[in-house]
Amino acid sequence: MTCLPPRTEKKLGLVIDLDTCVGCQACVTACKEWNTGGHMAPLTDIDPYGGHVDGVWFNRVHSYEHTTELGGRTVNFPRSCLHCEQPACVTVCPTGASYKRASDGIVLVDEDKCIGCKLCSWACPYGAREFDTDVGVMKKCTLCVDRIYNDNLAEEDRVPACVAACPTSARHFGDLGDPASAISQLVEERGGVALMPELGYKPTNRYLPPRARSERAAKVNAPALEPIKAEGGFLGWIDRMLSN
Amino acid sequence: MHPAFSVVFFTTATGAGYGLLALLGLLGGFGAIPADFWLGLIGMSLALGLIAAGLLSSTGHLGRPERAWRAFSQWRSSWLSREGVASVATFIPACLFGIGWVFLGKSGGWATVAGLMAAAGAVVTVCTTGMIYASLKPIAQWHSRYTLPAYLIFAAMTGSVLANALLQAFKLGSTAMLIWALLATLVGWGWKLATWRHNDHLKIPTTANTATGLAGGTVRSIEWPHTEENYLLKEMGFRIARKHSAKLRRVTQALAFAVPAVLLVTVFFVPWRLGAIASVLAAIAQLTGMLVERWLFFAEATHTVTLYYGRE
Repeated sequence: MTCLPPRTEKKLGLVIDLDTCVGCQACVTACKEWNTGGHMAPLTDIDPYGGHVDGVWFNRVHSYEHTTELGGRTVNFPRSCLHCEQPACVTVCPTGASYKRASDGIVLVDEDKCIGCKLCSWACPYGAREFDTDVGVMKKCTLCVDRIYNDNLAEEDRVPACVAACPTSARHFGDLGDPASAISQLVEERGGVALMPELGYKPTNRYLPPRARSERAAKVNAPALEPIKAEGGFLGWIDRMLSN
Repeated sequence: MHPAFSVVFFTTATGAGYGLLALLGLLGGFGAIPADFWLGLIGMSLALGLIAAGLLSSTGHLGRPERAWRAFSQWRSSWLSREGVASVATFIPACLFGIGWVFLGKSGGWATVAGLMAAAGAVVTVCTTGMIYASLKPIAQWHSRYTLPAYLIFAAMTGSVLANALLQAFKLGSTAMLIWALLATLVGWGWKLATWRHNDHLKIPTTANTATGLAGGTVRSIEWPHTEENYLLKEMGFRIARKHSAKLRRVTQALAFAVPAVLLVTVFFVPWRLGAIASVLAAIAQLTGMLVERWLFFAEATHTVTLYYGRE
């Protein structure tokens, strides 16, 4: 059914901290590694060792230069499915392959029903869906639905692979529908924002904007490098000999 | 947006086919054109042939065409599914009308009802096609009040010019049909010019700032996540150079509107044989021009995902 559930019990999603993301791509590779054997497997790579590498990824990290009157800064920006409350990618699906779960709000694709018409990828403003030309179906982030409920994993590992991999804890996972959850508190505290809110997709994921500049940072005035003074003695003699 | 030929051909061919079907259903159903066997056979074959060829071509766009039947299931939410249902449903009254009007020479009674229903089905199907594009918010050039009328106007226009060519070829042409085809062409031309004007002055509220959530100032892409083109860039990042766009707009105007209009005007003044040739040439020129128009419709459409890649 591509009609959306009127409400979902939970709103599971990610919160991404643009202040601490260092753009290391660990989440990207961890995502690929897990999901190429997971629910939406395989994440096909076309010509992986050739000159025109192409393939399916659920998570891509961009880098931007954000310049304001206060100056410029580099912002690393991971982009993946936002598990929207109003996902047009689901409603445009003609076959019922795309759906939003009423239990936790995760947006998924049933690969066995997908006809590969690509309309869902046109309907997503965020570029979250990528077509697998080899299998002929659309693929997308599953929020690691096969990890977060996986009893075979230790409890601390029941988070999406990207969250588990992040070395700077820039990625957080939880229920954004529960105002008391740690992740909702974090969004509240840091003023987390939704992407392209004007389009009305009501994304679940939030991005924490970079913190204001701090004046506390050490001001190191390293002395300028100066040419080595001519020395006397043995070293001076070598210096003069080599300089000739 | 990447102009996939299967979709360009699909929307152009089905538009013309449904336009012609609607006209034949209305005119034939009410006896405004006689139930001539060969006219009916060729006319209905042309209409249904264009529709069927278009629908078949659209399955060429699919990754898994063998599952296409599943697309009839989600008509509650999906315009694409509604289009599938409407297009197949329209075949029923269209075939009944074809049997009655062409093979039984009937125009009246159930043949009229079938003709009317085929015409209504054609209109509904073209609306659903238009809504597939008009409902896509990430593509500002499509998500506009110009898109749905454009699909209806262009279907009526190409259908009318085809119908006129058909009637002229069978020496059954009428001044009314000729004027109607000419008017439709001029309305289509005006609508396309208005659409281009609207799109060229489009103020899109979605920017790299809202796309990244970084407020204020400028957001400049300094590094892509990948070194080669990926699916997103191939499918949604298609760009056409401004100079080619301008040239193709002139080609569209010439082939789809100006040449057919001039040819249709000459039909008023020349003897039947020349008039028939001019009418057929007008239809051929217009359909060719509409393929260019539809190619541009895709090529000039920009998707919000390109904002992430630093494209304005």
